[in-house]
Amino acid sequence: MLSISDLMVEVGGKPILKGINLDVAAGEVHAIMGPNGSGKSTLANVLVGREGYDVMRGSVTYGDHDLLALTPEERAREGVFLAFQYPVEIPGVTNVYLIKEAVNAQRKHRGESELDAIDFLKLVRQKLQLIEMKEEFLHRPVNCGFSGGEKKRNEIFQMAMIEPRLAILDETDSGLDIDALKVVASGVNALRRGDRSILLVTHYQRLLDYIEPDHVHVLSDGRFVKSGDKHLARELEEHGYGWLEEPADSGAGHSVA
Amino acid sequence: MTAQAVVDYLAAQQRLESKLPAPDLPWLVELRDGGVERLRDAGFPSLRDEDWRYTNVQSLLKKPFEMGPIGPCDVDAAFVARTAIPSLECYRFVVVNGIPIPHLSDGTLMPDGLRVSSLADLLVSDPSRLEPYLGKNLVPDPHGFTAMNSAFLGNGLVVEIAPGQVFDKPLEIVFVASAATESTMAQPRNLVVAGKGSRLQVLVRYVAIGAQRTLTNVVTEVIVDADAHLTLYQLQEESKNSFHIGGLFAKLGRGSRFDAFAITLAGGLVRNDLRVDLDGAGAEVNLRGLYLARGRQHIDNHTQIFHNEPGCISHEHYKGVLDDRARAVFHGRIVVQPDAQKTVSEQSNQNLLLSRDAEIDTKPQLEIYADDVKCAHGATVGQLDKDALFYLRSRGIAEEMAKRLLIKAFASDVLLAVSPDSLREHLLTRVEMMLTD
Repeated sequence: MLSISDLMVEVGGKPILKGINLDVAAGEVHAIMGPNGSGKSTLANVLVGREGYDVMRGSVTYGDHDLLALTPEERAREGVFLAFQYPVEIPGVTNVYLIKEAVNAQRKHRGESELDAIDFLKLVRQKLQLIEMKEEFLHRPVNCGFSGGEKKRNEIFQMAMIEPRLAILDETDSGLDIDALKVVASGVNALRRGDRSILLVTHYQRLLDYIEPDHVHVLSDGRFVKSGDKHLARELEEHGYGWLEEPADSGAGHSVA
Repeated sequence: MTAQAVVDYLAAQQRLESKLPAPDLPWLVELRDGGVERLRDAGFPSLRDEDWRYTNVQSLLKKPFEMGPIGPCDVDAAFVARTAIPSLECYRFVVVNGIPIPHLSDGTLMPDGLRVSSLADLLVSDPSRLEPYLGKNLVPDPHGFTAMNSAFLGNGLVVEIAPGQVFDKPLEIVFVASAATESTMAQPRNLVVAGKGSRLQVLVRYVAIGAQRTLTNVVTEVIVDADAHLTLYQLQEESKNSFHIGGLFAKLGRGSRFDAFAITLAGGLVRNDLRVDLDGAGAEVNLRGLYLARGRQHIDNHTQIFHNEPGCISHEHYKGVLDDRARAVFHGRIVVQPDAQKTVSEQSNQNLLLSRDAEIDTKPQLEIYADDVKCAHGATVGQLDKDALFYLRSRGIAEEMAKRLLIKAFASDVLLAVSPDSLREHLLTRVEMMLTD
């Protein structure tokens, strides 16, 4: 589904990702963990084509596509979705309008007809329930006046509506209290499917208590320094990221393997 | 060039004077002569005038416009039907090159309490209805163009709303600039008198036929008597070869309310002067403006609000979107006189620049001579929000469409207060059309 090879990315001339390799198979959930500044969000942003990230080397293959050659909207229509770390407020554009346009952009791209109003509303109600959102959110401008938790929930709601093939969740757990976290996690879990891959970008392990990853990767200073299964996350929680900054030969006691 | 234009127009006025309606009516002669004198003395404005620093009228003055008999009237019922706003129920009046056209207007259908007359007719048949008002809102005449309008004062529309009369159905006035010659000029003079406690919505549209040079130099005087509520929508939809100099001068009585919208979607050079005098305690004015410009369009909005009495409210909110080499000017002056205690005044001007070559000169200006007031004002100039644009694109919405969506969202909040729905929808559609073609 997704194959990242030797990816090097600079931001404003500063190297941030220094050779990333990652393979994500269909249906897998990968967690990407690491301390602040390790390049987690850069990886998420470069995958969706945000401006300001300069790819210096390497490739990203998504299905049959050279992902980096596609515009952001093309990536979205091919099924790549980013749940933003900081969802953007857009006054004057209602949530429901955005979602309808987004859903129909996908459908049109796949050669399907646009959803009619009744089917769309039916789908909306069903997905709102999944993420425990009130219908009034639909008619408010996108993210305007939403609390931090409501914004994150709205991201997952959009994801549920759009039904992407590759979902990237950038720090979706930050700013959520435990109840909201559970709701968001159960929403994500409900979307797990054999043909859908998920990248969870997170600083903390607590999201992984509720969304169990197949693989965990630790990013430090632009490189993956460790990969493992879900147990790696728990060990990180216990030991923190401090060991990453120490020289590699400082002793086995700090190993998290 | 300015001096020559003054000479030319004064000569034209002299030739026409005796043919204007009621040429011997003393107060009217005085009003016209006042315009002639003012134009002769002050001339047309230039970049040296502080109020015209950013608006160059040389291209307007370099070749004289012709006033006077309209050529064959190419405006017919089909044209009116074609330009009508879909599903908007209204009383309609059509004015071509400054002259009301009865057979295209609903003159005979008007309900009791709402009179719409040709100014020329009324000057002859019953001038006493005009004498208390005409010219009174323009003392002094602000500049050469309004002076010229007074000098040529002859026709236009007069709207009289009887006291206590409330009308739900709006009145629409369509001013057509029909390029009969290479440079056709119209100088309508309009008067709206809203009697005590009356209520009406008026939609004024400026449209053009043909792509030739036209000048509309219009002056509208508005009197909103005590406790009346008048809403005036002004929609500028002329051509890119149209020059439009519009003056709107309103006086508000005690407890009255005046809502005015200035929506400029077209026109090569547009200058709107809007002055509101809050002359009665507790009066309220709401001004909203929207200008969308591209190519080499130039749009200048000069507004002045005078808080002359205590306890009055003014809200002013203008927004602009400029692309290509378009240029806009916003000058919003608010004066709170010493007696105008408990004034509440709030003003904003927000601009979206879509191109490096577009330019906005914005000048909010607050002059407060009273001490117990609540006033706020501000201006912003910005570009499309890159984060919002990316957010929309990341959801699969094409870049161009995402831009349009953001521009429309920016512009449309000015139109939220527009009613009825059919008019608001029409305006939103027009804005959207501007953005798509």
